[in-house]
Amino acid sequence: MSDAVFEIGQQVRIADRTPPVHHRVPSYVKGKTGFVERVCGMHGEPEKFIRGDGMPAQRIYRVRISQSDLWEDYSGTGRDKLEVEIFEHWLEAIE
Amino acid sequence: MSEPWGPHDVGGQEGGPVDTAEHDTAYWEWQIDAMVRLALKKGLISDFAELRDGIEQLSPNDYDQCTYYERWAKSLAWTLVSRGVITDAQLREQVDAVRQRQEAEAGA
Repeated sequence: MSDAVFEIGQQVRIADRTPPVHHRVPSYVKGKTGFVERVCGMHGEPEKFIRGDGMPAQRIYRVRISQSDLWEDYSGTGRDKLEVEIFEHWLEAIE
Repeated sequence: MSEPWGPHDVGGQEGGPVDTAEHDTAYWEWQIDAMVRLALKKGLISDFAELRDGIEQLSPNDYDQCTYYERWAKSLAWTLVSRGVITDAQLREQVDAVRQRQEAEAGA
């Protein structure tokens, strides 16, 4: 099993792309930035399960995003966060 | 916000009231559930991701009009046909046979 590419607390951007198959990234988080909250387990890549076996497995990260970064005119406090689990191949580091 | 992928990708959109009424699971719904789990166990489909893909490829109209297990049934049928486990002709033949049996029972 390969080491995790991203570490807890690291700032990451979720890719903004739309492959024409099932993928576990809702459109409202695409292109958004957040911080790695924890490193989760591994699972087969959803996009590669379509008539395939999903291999190689990909690491999953829980990414924490500010609600005010997700929604225009968000009226809650600046402390409100959304956590979403995202596969490694959807994340890029922000330097 | 990026363009939605399929009729299911509605996070953040106005969705109207949520129907919180309790409902029973019909026998045929258990049967669909069992068939999906059997297909997974036998390796006929690889992962729930494959079933999800079939559901997400439904037309927005089909997606909205189908119940939860109707979507599962449509996706499982499509996946098994596209993987060559069953043929489209076999599926149609079987559906016709069931329909005729039900009509005969209803008329009896």
